[in-house]
Amino acid sequence: MIRLENIHKSYGEKERRLHVLKGVNLEIRAGEMAAIMGSSGSGKSTLLNILGILDHHDEGHYYLDDQLIDQLTEKRSAHFRNRLIGFIFQSFNLLPFKTAAENVALPLYYQGVGRKARNRKAAEFLEMVGLSDRATHLPNQLSGGQKQRVAIARALVTNPRVVLADEPTGALDSSNSKEIMDLFKQVHGTGRTIVIVTHEKDIADSCERLIYLNDGCIETANPQRLAENIISESVAEGAGGA
Amino acid sequence: MGIIDALQEILFGLSHNKLRTFLTGFGVFWGIFMLILLLGAGKGMQNGVEQMFTSDAQNSVWIFARKTSIPYAGLSTGREIRFTQADLDAIEREIPEILYLSAENPLGSFSQADILVKSKDRSENYGVFGVGGDYFKIKAKQELLEGRKLNGLDQDEVRKVATIGSVVAENLFPGEDPVGQTIEINKISFTVVGVFHDEGENGRQSERVYIPLSLYQQTYGRGENRLRILTYQPRSDADPYAVEEKVMALLKKRHKVAPDDRSAIRANNILRGVEKLNAMFIAINSFLWFVGIGTLAAGIVGISNIMMITVKERTMEIGVRKALGATPRRIVSALLFESVLITAVAGYLGLVVGVGLLEGINFLLSSANANMAYFKRPEVDFRIAVTSIVILVTVGMLAGFAPAWRAARISPVEAMQTR
Repeated sequence: MIRLENIHKSYGEKERRLHVLKGVNLEIRAGEMAAIMGSSGSGKSTLLNILGILDHHDEGHYYLDDQLIDQLTEKRSAHFRNRLIGFIFQSFNLLPFKTAAENVALPLYYQGVGRKARNRKAAEFLEMVGLSDRATHLPNQLSGGQKQRVAIARALVTNPRVVLADEPTGALDSSNSKEIMDLFKQVHGTGRTIVIVTHEKDIADSCERLIYLNDGCIETANPQRLAENIISESVAEGAGGA
Repeated sequence: MGIIDALQEILFGLSHNKLRTFLTGFGVFWGIFMLILLLGAGKGMQNGVEQMFTSDAQNSVWIFARKTSIPYAGLSTGREIRFTQADLDAIEREIPEILYLSAENPLGSFSQADILVKSKDRSENYGVFGVGGDYFKIKAKQELLEGRKLNGLDQDEVRKVATIGSVVAENLFPGEDPVGQTIEINKISFTVVGVFHDEGENGRQSERVYIPLSLYQQTYGRGENRLRILTYQPRSDADPYAVEEKVMALLKKRHKVAPDDRSAIRANNILRGVEKLNAMFIAINSFLWFVGIGTLAAGIVGISNIMMITVKERTMEIGVRKALGATPRRIVSALLFESVLITAVAGYLGLVVGVGLLEGINFLLSSANANMAYFKRPEVDFRIAVTSIVILVTVGMLAGFAPAWRAARISPVEAMQTR
């Protein structure tokens, strides 16, 4: 489902240039539920953003669902983000002036789905995350856990094949975290590929596979289920693409 | 994706950002509103000054005879000059550039309404004039309300008929049809054949009675064929000032008046006043335009500013929308659509309120029957108003386009990080 070949990514200009990803190779198969861990600054969020086509990589190749994602036009990128990927952010990123239901319906608006069908679908997914009674609430009237559940409903409403979550429980307390993780497991049960960036051990433990990132390189790639996974990640020469 | 859906999405966003929407709209509203008021006030002044003028054709010339002030050809000063029909005939014969030619004989003084005119049971003082020839063609803006004007047959048959101004008709025949009725002037009875309205001199030219020149000469003129005031209108293709010089030279020659005698025969060329007035209006209008364009420019700067701020403020929102699958095109078109919607609606409101206010002033002025000197019927050239709105809407679009395009191109991650 996801294949990365020698991905490099830097930020900034000239002397202040920061080499964040130093040649990442990774393959995640369809239906897998993987966690990416690593110390802060290891590049795990950058990696996830590249997976979500929210950011461009500088070098290397990224295949999503067997399609090359390098150098995509903005229009194609938008299409993939809309149809193939559901992204969940640590800070939720709900639009503050839209109600829960309207936030959930937004990706469908960009798919060109009619208003009635949108609202029906949004209600359905809000029910799935257990927030039917909060449909008309604005984000600032919801608790953190509720906001994240709305964000999850929004990420799932288009039935994406890949769900990417960046520290989905980072801003939540432990009981809310557990509920959110249960939701992820439920979603995984429907056959979707899930990649979660986290720094919490127990979250990582509930995933099938652990990818450990250190200083822009993949260090361990899941000792648990080696037999099933074709693991091609390796440590590239860090100095590479700068 | 239907346009209605896009519109709903935008209206929804606007209704949740009321202050921003209001501020953007208010700048445009105010710009258009002030522009309309300014242009309306300018037009009101123009109308006001124009009505002070006469209703005569704008290139007509009125010639008065007085006494000589310079001795000439052996004749002394103080000699009274009298025009006759022969002068008119000579002008017609010798100066081909004349289009219309006529004469006017006031029964009393030229400028005052001092002749008693009686109807069956009422009487008032008005100006009474014997007029002939092309007189009513030169009084081009005189409007016939009822009946007919005096014509050649009235002259030839020396009929006792009269046309009266609207003010005369109202005062002497209140609630009645004056046409066919009788009025009496200096013990002679006239049949009213027509009623006219004349805006000239603030409507005071409607306080007049016209009778045939031939009748005037026979009765009040003691049989003389003297003409007190000559008037003509040159052909439109002739140089009006050259024609005036020719006519004056001819008259001075015929009456043995020194060429440099300015008081014996005087000409009042309406065009001179009109041109002076036009120069004044050009000055006033350029000033109004200067202020108006300044107002518009302020509006343009305002809307450009607010568009840039709007886009900046919404970079995070743009990032989220992009992350959810919005193409740059949809982001940009939504922002521009929004800008156009606000400016167009606000501009239209400014137009409606501005025109409404002008019409209100109009209504008050006319219902109070106020005859303000220098101000009448403020109005606005609709094309100018609509053009200004189109300019503002376009500028708002252009101003929004650059920042919107830039915001739509940056990566969603970067956009979402801006707060």
